[in-house]
Amino acid sequence: MRPRLHTVVLLCAAVLAAGCLGATLYSGVEERGAALAFGVLVAVGELTRRSGTRIREAAPLAAAGSLAYALLGEAAGRPTHHGAAQVVTVVLAASLLGSVPHVVRGAGPALDPSARRVLTVGFVAVCFQPLYSQGAFDGWSGSAHALLLLALLSLTALCDAVLAAALAHSRTGWPFLPALRDELRALPGIGAAVIATGAVMALGVAVVGLWALPVFSVPLLLAQLSYRRYEAVRATYRQTIASLARATEIAGYTPAGHAHRVAALGQAVGRDLGLTEPELTVLEYAALMHDIGQLSLVDPVPAGATAVLPAAEQRRIALLGGAVVRQTGVDPRVAAIVERQADPHREQPLAARIVRVVNAYEEKSREGGPGGPLTALEELRLGTAGEYAPEVVEALARVLSRNTEGTREHGGRAWREPRTGLSDPARGWVTHG
Amino acid sequence: MEALPARARVYVVCVTLTALVCLVPPPGLLSSSPATGVPWWPVVPLAALYAGCERLARSRPVATPHPGGASYPVLLAGAFLLPPSGAALVALAGALPLPVEQRPYLVRRLWRTGRLVLAVWAASRVHLAVGGREAVADCDVPGALGTAGAAVLVFCLVLTLLDGGILALTAGVLPRGGRTSATAAWWQLFLRSLVPLTVHGLAGLMMALLWRSPYGPVAALLVLLPMGVSWWAFAQYHRERAAHQATIRALVQAVDIKDGYTRGHSERVGQASMMIARELGLDDDRVEVLRFAGILHDVGKLGVPTRLLTKNGPLTPEERRVIELHPEYGHEMVRGISFLGEARAAVLHHHERLDGSGYPYGLAGSQIPESARVVAVADAFDAMTSTRSYSRARPVPAALEELRRCAGAHFDPRMVAALVRAIGRSGWRPAVTADDVRPDADGHRPPAAVTEPAGPVTDRPGARR
Repeated sequence: MRPRLHTVVLLCAAVLAAGCLGATLYSGVEERGAALAFGVLVAVGELTRRSGTRIREAAPLAAAGSLAYALLGEAAGRPTHHGAAQVVTVVLAASLLGSVPHVVRGAGPALDPSARRVLTVGFVAVCFQPLYSQGAFDGWSGSAHALLLLALLSLTALCDAVLAAALAHSRTGWPFLPALRDELRALPGIGAAVIATGAVMALGVAVVGLWALPVFSVPLLLAQLSYRRYEAVRATYRQTIASLARATEIAGYTPAGHAHRVAALGQAVGRDLGLTEPELTVLEYAALMHDIGQLSLVDPVPAGATAVLPAAEQRRIALLGGAVVRQTGVDPRVAAIVERQADPHREQPLAARIVRVVNAYEEKSREGGPGGPLTALEELRLGTAGEYAPEVVEALARVLSRNTEGTREHGGRAWREPRTGLSDPARGWVTHG
Repeated sequence: MEALPARARVYVVCVTLTALVCLVPPPGLLSSSPATGVPWWPVVPLAALYAGCERLARSRPVATPHPGGASYPVLLAGAFLLPPSGAALVALAGALPLPVEQRPYLVRRLWRTGRLVLAVWAASRVHLAVGGREAVADCDVPGALGTAGAAVLVFCLVLTLLDGGILALTAGVLPRGGRTSATAAWWQLFLRSLVPLTVHGLAGLMMALLWRSPYGPVAALLVLLPMGVSWWAFAQYHRERAAHQATIRALVQAVDIKDGYTRGHSERVGQASMMIARELGLDDDRVEVLRFAGILHDVGKLGVPTRLLTKNGPLTPEERRVIELHPEYGHEMVRGISFLGEARAAVLHHHERLDGSGYPYGLAGSQIPESARVVAVADAFDAMTSTRSYSRARPVPAALEELRRCAGAHFDPRMVAALVRAIGRSGWRPAVTADDVRPDADGHRPPAAVTEPAGPVTDRPGARR
């Protein structure tokens, strides 16, 4: 079996780390004060990492601190002498030390982020430290030096985004380009704050010495705090929608867990078709609420199976649902998708096509018994003339086959959350978990 | 809004005149500052930067809920770098051209600029007097931190004093309790502003240090990026939270309509629950959760057929049983929403009675969760005081009397007494529409007057719980 990309990346990082460690052990640690201060900063930053959040940069302070150490050329006006090897060693040691509590608490060490950290810091340090100590940047003084650091960090961030997308692609098999687009989209937010803080910290230490570290980390900590609160309220909102969308199940209109399963499978199909993160959120909400129109019916549809109803009836229920969703003040795009889920696929937006296909698959495969999934997929393929969009059905087939592989590989780990971050290593999930 | 009181106008004019004196010191007065004139180089770019940041904070993609104050770091950096009149000039040039949304335009514009000019001038003056310029120039960080701290303290003091003045003047009379409570309110305003302003002061100090360093203004600009990102995330947080609350409200309105209740029943039950919780002296988090408990108590009716809910005439035992399932339906729906906490128990048990004759479980006495006992009283009270399809509204005293009669058998006497006390003190003025008036932690909302810039200081990320 040919080596997967993430294995190669992990190996590279391990080799780099081992080499740097050896070189540092051989030559000893220069400027212990600075090394200790940056080590403490990175370790503290690592301690504030909160796993399980969907923030792309889970430990911004540690990232900014390690980048700043890699770009450090002076401290309080005196030139420094630590080489690239020492930078990688200090950052690695501090990161490992800072993640000890997380490991003790049972959250395993995040391999991919650590490998990415080692590789990016190594890249920056190798680009900067040797050239700087040889005096290659002497012509770049003053503002030009600041701009140089900024350019180097931006380049690194781009490379890191490519690396992250490639790792996600290799781990999960999701298409590479949408993953890369999502990574790049996240750059102007917390990514930019990390880059700016890294550059400013390096410059600040050069001007005022190690005092700059605690002072200059305050704005980034503030940004981290704001992001967490934003993420927390988003998670709450999602919980609320998911819970209230279950009104149809409680009222007996649809079988238990149906909306949840359609949302999960729809997300997977949407990701396969290259939807962006915001579009995926809209799709998720629409899928959760797609049956809510049935609340307005006088008599429940048998087993909630709308896919077997006459087209006119389906569209009537869809319009009712759209009206309910519009009332709840959720993003109007969600209501539009719910409203149009029963239209012929040529007139539908992509998200509505996905909801329709996935909903039909869920209903048909549930009725079909053991062989249900295969029969359901076959029926959907036959229906691609008018009802079901062929490209969505094909994406669904891809997702389902990948899912069977995925569950085998990841030991049948059941799907837990509606959506996990791209940097989450394992995203196997099962339809009937 | 109504016209501004004349004394408030006089106050604004006084502030403006004082600010003018700070900007252009007349010869002989305040001449202690070095008479070298204003250095144009840092003033112009800083003023442009300040104005740019303020515009950005008000622009569509950022749209912070309280835009004023987003760029205090720039102002404070100016106060640490420039002579006092120069720093005041930065505030003037940045704040004066900003658009004003509400009438009276001229007075608001003058007020917004005047208070900033005065505060920045005072901060810069203090910074100069305690020797902060030398600390910044020598990169002596402990010294720079100390002097910047003093300057930020003065900045905060001047801003809150000016705000307190305008609040007292536009509120008409001094708040209840006279002088002492006005002082207490000011002290609270000061404490709430201090933490965010300290963070802004730190950022301003970093900008000043880097501006003076060989790396120059480019490096100083980079300091603003993390601040800007945190502002953006904070604005997103507010937008998302507002959307969340709107969704919950809309859903319970759907329940009210489906049930044939008057519009806003759930909202009013939430309000009454909140009043009871406050009266019981619960902490703010629990008060908020109990408000949600009241709002969501009947959400399970979404699962009950509309035909039964709106049926005219007596219900068969079978139909009654179906309707009585709604607390369990509701609990089933909200049990996955973790922020609701004990409100979930209230949804399940709000039809239990103290003597054990209620449903769904027939719990009695202290077996019923406290939150459910609160919501039960609030629910019954609003049911009696609002007009239904089957009964006229009763006057509030009659409803309270009825509650007192049933206390002990149906309702917890403690909750009934709390409701009676709360209504006796502040009356019952239910909100007619489901507007988004979310009281602050202390329930204090500044009167909507020319205090527009006072909001932001108190609503910075650090200022909240």
